Amino acid sequence: MSTTVTPSPADRDVSESPATGPRSLGGSGRELLNRLRSGDLGSLRVLVLLAIIWTIFQLQENRFLSSVNLVNLSLQITAVGLISVGVVLVLLLGEIDLSVGAVSGLCSAITAVLSVKHGWAPVPAILIGVAAGAAIGMFQGFISTKFGIPTFVVTLAGLLAWQGAQLKVLGNTGTVNLRPGLLTDLAGKFLSDAAGWIAAIICVAVYAAMAVVGRQRRVAAGLTAPPVVLLAVRIGAVAVAALLWVWIVNQDRGLPVAVLILIGFVAAFDFLTRRTVFGRHIYAVGGNAEAARRAGINVFGVRVIVFSLASSMAAVGGIMAASRLLAVNQSSGGSDLLLLAIAGPVIAGTSLFGGRGNVWSALLGALVIGSISNGMDLLGYSSPTKFMVTGAVLLGAVVLDSAARLGRQRTGRV
Amino acid sequence: MTETSPRTDGTPLLEVRGITKRFGAVRALNGVDFRVMPGEVVGLVGDNGAGKSTLVKVISGIHPADEGEYLWEGRPQNVAAPQDAVDLGIATVYQDLALCDNLDVVANLFLGRESIHGGLLDEVAMERKANELLAELSVTTIQSVRGEVGAMSGGQRQSVAIARSLLGEPKMVILDEPTAALGVSQTEQVLRLVERLRDNGLGVIVISHNLADIFRVVDRIFVMRLGANGGEFDKKAATPEEVVGAITGASERKPEGAATR
Repeated sequence: MSTTVTPSPADRDVSESPATGPRSLGGSGRELLNRLRSGDLGSLRVLVLLAIIWTIFQLQENRFLSSVNLVNLSLQITAVGLISVGVVLVLLLGEIDLSVGAVSGLCSAITAVLSVKHGWAPVPAILIGVAAGAAIGMFQGFISTKFGIPTFVVTLAGLLAWQGAQLKVLGNTGTVNLRPGLLTDLAGKFLSDAAGWIAAIICVAVYAAMAVVGRQRRVAAGLTAPPVVLLAVRIGAVAVAALLWVWIVNQDRGLPVAVLILIGFVAAFDFLTRRTVFGRHIYAVGGNAEAARRAGINVFGVRVIVFSLASSMAAVGGIMAASRLLAVNQSSGGSDLLLLAIAGPVIAGTSLFGGRGNVWSALLGALVIGSISNGMDLLGYSSPTKFMVTGAVLLGAVVLDSAARLGRQRTGRV
Repeated sequence: MTETSPRTDGTPLLEVRGITKRFGAVRALNGVDFRVMPGEVVGLVGDNGAGKSTLVKVISGIHPADEGEYLWEGRPQNVAAPQDAVDLGIATVYQDLALCDNLDVVANLFLGRESIHGGLLDEVAMERKANELLAELSVTTIQSVRGEVGAMSGGQRQSVAIARSLLGEPKMVILDEPTAALGVSQTEQVLRLVERLRDNGLGVIVISHNLADIFRVVDRIFVMRLGANGGEFDKKAATPEEVVGAITGASERKPEGAATR
């Protein structure tokens, strides 16, 4: 069987080369424009947004892009970024989890109490905290799917209940201070300059190897492959970004371990969603649950596992937040944490309507929100202004998302 | 088989006899006889509520029949669930197509039966097989199997849905209103695809309201009326007027087959 499709004369709809023909540069340029317009390139859009924000703040205050401040910024976004990773999975289903903030507070409280009041070693304490998150998510996913209740309501109930549980776990004092050790090192440790370089080089090498091997497999199978130039540009961009960043942070305290943890989780979940059968099924359920069910996908199981993963990541983020604060108190996981964790991925292009988006939007979204907050702090604005600006950016992002959806509908794409 | 059909020799691929289906007090099907030969396209027509969908649901195992025989390649079968019909080799393409608009053609084709290589999705194998499958079906209107299905026209989407049903290597395909809401050239695409299925030796059931499409592509027309056989026509020997008459009940005559009512 040949893999080349030969058009028959009767076809009137054929306007471009068939599936396996070599893709011309002009064709991919047009495609790029189309995708930009229809909002599919959320990541590129958010990079432009980020560049604008950074330029504005840098012009106002030249400490903004200093190495000290960039290290601070990266530390500020780790907790919310980790929580957002789980939120992305839930958003991909077209659902929402309003309990992630409360769950992050409760699970970090569990870890802190086990570690400080009961003298547990850090690793088991962290594992129990994350396991508690997994169990909570499993419960919420089960209840909402089993009884057909909107996840909005179930997780709203969870928000209240887990907040109460957090106060109970923390006990009368209301605050548990962490002892120095692994728990405080999560957010407080930095790699040495050399280790930072090695980490960056390993990341770039892994990325390049995967990209090259993936392309070779496609070429070997006779499929269309991205042009070598495009591949080189992509690898080059990743390499420049990684090395430049390590060079900058090495001027200051070095590469924060917390950032490596964040990038590690983002990369792992990106791999899970794009390369595994389970990830494919998440997108399918988010795109058309009925079609997924008829294709034999266990929709119930996918939903329960996704909610479980989301709450686990909320726990991980909560523990990271505790490590940064050096304590867990009654307001841990409260305030605007939940809202920022959901707003981030949406700003960075993950659709609220399900099925569209990617895990990297958790990192990029946290970076956008973190940059606004950090920059306005530097400029001496108070929280009211910060909240209003962040709210305006979120509204703008949601409008873009909806506009992209309407655009798809207009061009016949639902 | 003790009984051969009047028109064709050999064993029917599918034969149901005396199928009755009740929903509470409502008799949706009342002693329906129906058969499909290998490599034959049967058009299933009838007015709304005549029982076309119910018959198809009995055949595809969604609603098991209350009474009647179900023979597959001459052997009696108990088809009580959709999976039973799938296991026999019956694929059904429903009107809503059940595609995920946010996924590309490859992902939709292989949804629920993804190829795996080393525990991960084997995109290369799936994409290759998708290209082969579409080439085999002479589907040339889909430019890239990496295109999002939501961005495609009705005819392209129908082609994807039909191609997907063929991945399980069925012996019979049921198409529910495959040309509804399609334009002229799109309809042509889908009808050519139906012909391709017949050329590959598959039995095909086409449900349609559009008699022009039915006459264009089927070999035999089976009319349902009020939950029972309303007449059966060889396409070559029938006129659209006769078929319309059988659908509406205006003419109580049919050239062949049995109206049991």
